[in-house]
Amino acid sequence: MTGQTLTEKILSRVSGRRVVPNDIVEISVDLVGFHDLTGFHVIEVMERIGGEVIYNPKSLVLAFDHLVPPPDVRSAEIQKFVREFVRRHKIVNFHDVGSGILHQILLENYVLPGQVVICADSHTSTAGALGAFAQGMGATDVAAVVVTGKTWVTVPKPFKVVLKGSLKKWVTGKDVALEILKEFKSDYFNGMSVEFFVENPQSFPTDYRATVANMGVEFNADAVLFIPDDETVSYVKVERGYECSKVLPDPNAEYVDEYTVELGNVDLLVAVPPNVDNVKSVSEVSGLDVDLVFIGSCTNGRLSDLEIAAKIMDGKKVKSRCVVIPASRKVFIKALELGYIQTLVNAGCVVTFGTCGPCIGGHFGVAGPEEVVISTSNRNFIGRMGSPTSKTYLVGPAVAAASAITGKLSEPGDVL
Amino acid sequence: MKVEGRVIKLGDKIDTDLIIPAKYLKYTDPQYLAQHVLEPLDPEFSKKAAEGIILVAGKLFGTGSSREQAAIALKAAGVKAVLAESFSRIFYRNAINNGLPVLVCQGISNVVNDGDYVVVDLESSEVVIQGMDVRMKCRELPDIVLRILSAGGLIEYLRTLKK
Repeated sequence: MTGQTLTEKILSRVSGRRVVPNDIVEISVDLVGFHDLTGFHVIEVMERIGGEVIYNPKSLVLAFDHLVPPPDVRSAEIQKFVREFVRRHKIVNFHDVGSGILHQILLENYVLPGQVVICADSHTSTAGALGAFAQGMGATDVAAVVVTGKTWVTVPKPFKVVLKGSLKKWVTGKDVALEILKEFKSDYFNGMSVEFFVENPQSFPTDYRATVANMGVEFNADAVLFIPDDETVSYVKVERGYECSKVLPDPNAEYVDEYTVELGNVDLLVAVPPNVDNVKSVSEVSGLDVDLVFIGSCTNGRLSDLEIAAKIMDGKKVKSRCVVIPASRKVFIKALELGYIQTLVNAGCVVTFGTCGPCIGGHFGVAGPEEVVISTSNRNFIGRMGSPTSKTYLVGPAVAAASAITGKLSEPGDVL
Repeated sequence: MKVEGRVIKLGDKIDTDLIIPAKYLKYTDPQYLAQHVLEPLDPEFSKKAAEGIILVAGKLFGTGSSREQAAIALKAAGVKAVLAESFSRIFYRNAINNGLPVLVCQGISNVVNDGDYVVVDLESSEVVIQGMDVRMKCRELPDIVLRILSAGGLIEYLRTLKK
């Protein structure tokens, strides 16, 4: 018998039958979640269904991250509404304002290899970094999961990506995600699950995997899964203090195709607006005048991102506005202890934590008309970060930090 | 079940930030959302859609965020169906859950023009351009999807099951 991919193995477990690609199956869900901005909508749908039944309160994870702390009365009202739901149902896994971004909180505290994770946010794909099958869904679908513990999925076609070798200095997970978008464009993986095999686990840490899995929804992949390895086990051990087991694909699993990324050949890249797959080398666009630099988000607000930014900005002053938002309180505290925050503040950055901030054009530094933003976030769509005439260029942390220092789109070599 | 209307044609990768910008996501009222649908692309879109239109688009319609308001806004504005080369997974589910017909029609952008009047038969998944001898077959919708669409959305469909 043909072996199973990780995707097939997980979906077979949760559907109770051996699945093959294109099957439409009902599955049980291990973790379900939402945040403030989709959460109120999920609860409204539950009310319309006619009963606030929660299938398994322990499997429900909530975090306020989109409009926190609330920038206006309506946002505060939304959060009050969701908080009342939390109180009514005695939800334990609730992370109020100041905790962090839902996807980062899930990685730090909850997700395990082989689980199914469904949240009302497209970047739920991030949880694939630990080898989970993770999908974002809309409010109605998520309300149904909260009430029944189940949903349906089409079993995606499996595609294998091998990450080989090691990255050059300053090149990170973001550049690998952009390299894949450059090669395949944003529609190739629609209907597929992309399973990443890291040849040398230490060469591509969980922070980088989280960035790639996060951008998986920008590939339009149904899911992105990193095959659990020693790095995965070590991440869970360090974050939570316990050992997790690896769920693995069978050695004879069949993939529709495979692709190898020679990590040593990946350059510093930039996604030029208004599409995530409009990818160029930084050198092709360098010199562009920059108004705002944003370092943060569920894509690149982790400790390794802040470490890189601090190394590049150490002892220098920014020439553009710069906003830095660590993805969680845990990341913020570690960055404080390690002195990164001090370095970034001394360089002239505005630093806060635990919010999506300007990534969705919500608050904390949205872009004005015609402004150019260099951002470590995930989307450069028209109007995404503020004014419809602003322009967002997506990069990794090193290019963002260097650009803040020079006030122009730059590489680290330009400032060091 | 048939839907019909004049065609408004859009390109590839019409993302959810274009369909309904994040600043409108604090509300779910369909009429409020309808006023702002596709605003960054065409501030007059809402008015143009009001007579009841069929949207024809290219690849990856609805790519981007999970915001269900994208589907709600299109439907409330008067979009009777979206015919596209392909859809993003989340938007596709949101559309069906909200009773907005979405059909994968490969090659549709080459066949249909802006302003054409089309009739879409959801059962047979056939698109007919009125006044011309042109018909086109789109990918068929599963029975369950047809039942959800005919009830007007997933919640309404579940209510019919309870009765």
